[in-house]
Amino acid sequence: MAATLPAPQLKITDLGAGIAFGALALLTLIIAGKTEYPGYAFHALVFAIASGWACFKVFDNATSRGPVAIAQEIDGKPNYNMGPVKFATIAAMFWGIAGFTVGLVIALQLAFPVFNFELPWISFGRLRPLHTSAVIFAFGGNVLIGTSFYVVQKTCRARLAGDISPWFVVLGYNLFIVIAGTGYLLGITQGKEYAEPEWYADLWLTVVWVAYLLVFLATVWKRKEPHIYVANWFYLGFIVTIAVLHLGNNATIPVSIFSPKSYIVWSGVQDAMFQWWYGHNAVGFFLTAGFLAIMYYFIPKRAERPVYSYRLSIIHFWALIFLYIWAGPHHLHYTALPDWAQTLGMTFSIMLWMPSWGGMINGLLTLSGAWDKLRTDPVLRMMVVSVAFYGMSTFEGPLMSIKAVNSLSHYTDWTIGHVHSGALGWVGYISFGAIYCLVPWLWNKKSLYSDRLVNWHFWISTLGIVLYITAMWVSGILQGLMWRAYTPLGFLEYSFIETVAAMKPFYVIRALGGGLFLAGALIMAYNLWMTVRGAPEAREAGLGDALPATR
Amino acid sequence: MTNVPATAPRKTSLWAKHKIFETNSIILILGVLIVISIGGLVEIAPLFYLQSTIEKVKGVRPYSPLELAGRAIYVREGCYNCHSQMIRPLRDEVERYGPYSLAAESMYDKPFQWGSKRTGPDLARVGGKYSDEWQLRHLIDPRAVVPQSIMPAYPWLATTDLKYNDIAIDMKVNRLSGVPYTDEMILNAEADLRAQINPEDPGAADVERRYPKAIIRSFAGDPKRVTEADALIAYLQVLGTMVDFKLYDNKANLR
Repeated sequence: MAATLPAPQLKITDLGAGIAFGALALLTLIIAGKTEYPGYAFHALVFAIASGWACFKVFDNATSRGPVAIAQEIDGKPNYNMGPVKFATIAAMFWGIAGFTVGLVIALQLAFPVFNFELPWISFGRLRPLHTSAVIFAFGGNVLIGTSFYVVQKTCRARLAGDISPWFVVLGYNLFIVIAGTGYLLGITQGKEYAEPEWYADLWLTVVWVAYLLVFLATVWKRKEPHIYVANWFYLGFIVTIAVLHLGNNATIPVSIFSPKSYIVWSGVQDAMFQWWYGHNAVGFFLTAGFLAIMYYFIPKRAERPVYSYRLSIIHFWALIFLYIWAGPHHLHYTALPDWAQTLGMTFSIMLWMPSWGGMINGLLTLSGAWDKLRTDPVLRMMVVSVAFYGMSTFEGPLMSIKAVNSLSHYTDWTIGHVHSGALGWVGYISFGAIYCLVPWLWNKKSLYSDRLVNWHFWISTLGIVLYITAMWVSGILQGLMWRAYTPLGFLEYSFIETVAAMKPFYVIRALGGGLFLAGALIMAYNLWMTVRGAPEAREAGLGDALPATR
Repeated sequence: MTNVPATAPRKTSLWAKHKIFETNSIILILGVLIVISIGGLVEIAPLFYLQSTIEKVKGVRPYSPLELAGRAIYVREGCYNCHSQMIRPLRDEVERYGPYSLAAESMYDKPFQWGSKRTGPDLARVGGKYSDEWQLRHLIDPRAVVPQSIMPAYPWLATTDLKYNDIAIDMKVNRLSGVPYTDEMILNAEADLRAQINPEDPGAADVERRYPKAIIRSFAGDPKRVTEADALIAYLQVLGTMVDFKLYDNKANLR
């Protein structure tokens, strides 16, 4: 038996990882000592502490583990590694609430500028990237990493590959979030939307992301099924494409290793195209493909029905990833980007409507024969409404990409409303649904603490979303029309500041909507906390393991 | 779990061929990489060769050291979150802001700051529109000059000394990826930066020679002390002023 063989105390991989962390700690300590930028010194110190801790932890684990390697299977069942999934789930909830709170603060700042408090760290220009990064990369990213590590293990019936590496991925990713977020507050930014983190944070993310891809792939390689489940195609597509986009849009040259600042190698119009090739596909691959993977696992699972159509999922996958990449230029209509590129962007954005709705139909019709569950299962209802929001915002998107519409909507709050119908409705709800599923599964509870609280969460936040997006429709279209309004004598009718003043009531309504959404998330956090605290109960046999067959 | 559809008519059906992606992760990844490369390559690669995106327009020059430092403040404070720098060729925009923006006008911008939202007005041609005093006052307390403004106040800019001991390296890094700073410009970067806010400075004439049409005056009031407000206002005052539209031939690129 393997257990009786004396295994080496310190594996070569442990040694390598330990030395790498140690070296990083030393390097960052030197940087912290030598740099003259206080914010950067702070970041270097955070890195030094984190990698010093990691170095200690690797050696400590390796020596205290004993000679027996962690079992891949126990009693013929995979010995799933759910620690990193639990961590990512908690982190997602934490960052979600942080991100929604910052969103509420900046909404209030726009309605009442006094909320800027004349402090550099919390003025709108620094908090807005903090909000977008916190909700997209911190909340969304942790949901994606957590669910992908869960789904890949379950669908492959295999333990997550590696012992240190899955932890490196979740902890390293959250370190990236801390560095990026505190950087914005300290004024450390690249100044590219949704790609604000500076060169050293980007470099760190690259390392973490490669580890993420490898852990995911190596787990897929251990699968017991010949076929890779459809959710995992979407996860893989998301991981690989985000890596490509990240490298392309962050091709910067640092001013020096002792400076947080860098300059991008692209400039002007080329930089703009790179930025929106990245920016729109952060939407397409991070916020869509990744969350579609969640849809393809959690909705069939929860509804206990197979995915509606296997063929549709094949078309959905390839059409979506092919078409999305082209859509970036619709962010640059009527700019100095050549006309043909804008037209291509518009054309592909309109075509994108089809795979988007194909995916929506595949998700919704998975409920065939189980529609009654919408009445009894508020978690499933949340996920189904999420798919409906997906359908709505993927119809609105192509509409706004039409140049004539865009000439009105661009630069206005309509864009903000559109983003939030996708972000709050689609990404938010599918994530909430997945977390509501995951927490009882992970912590071995029979059910959530309270379904009634899920209901409250659902209705309060739905009201919030509706207030948010309707306020932004009205303010966006109103401001767009005011900018282009002419008097009968042929003069511009409104000065710019008049159009700003007209926005005020809608900004107040938007803040109210955001407040309701945040309140819903707080109810959720309480519900989950009580679920985890509740007495453990054995789950029904096999639940969470078997997946309904694909039709 | 079987992924082969029960309704598949024949083994040779096109659907069955998809098995190769479903059973081989590396082929799946290669497929993804090929499929996502096409759109990006078609849309991005030509922008490095087309006349309209790489044309040089008379008057467009690299930023002076002070303007470059001001641009860094603009980026640091996240001004792009609310202000665009891209005037579209639409009647109301040209009348409100001035001639529509040319690609060449941001050819030395790293990163570009075209923006995506106009919570405040477009700034592509804000240079020269307001006095330095107005800009300073507006930065310190926007509502003192525009009562309905919702812009945050930036009082710390006028009281914080500009940190510019790295400015020459900043310019070198810009040069590495295509901004035509000369050795002379880089050598004199710090002196030029100080001279641009002080018309009495013996180096002031050299600043104007190296950076044609550069505005040389004390932007924030004290010619002996370079504050962050000096740099930011210098940058704002040069925005959109480099090209002389009386001379620009907008038909030159038509074919």
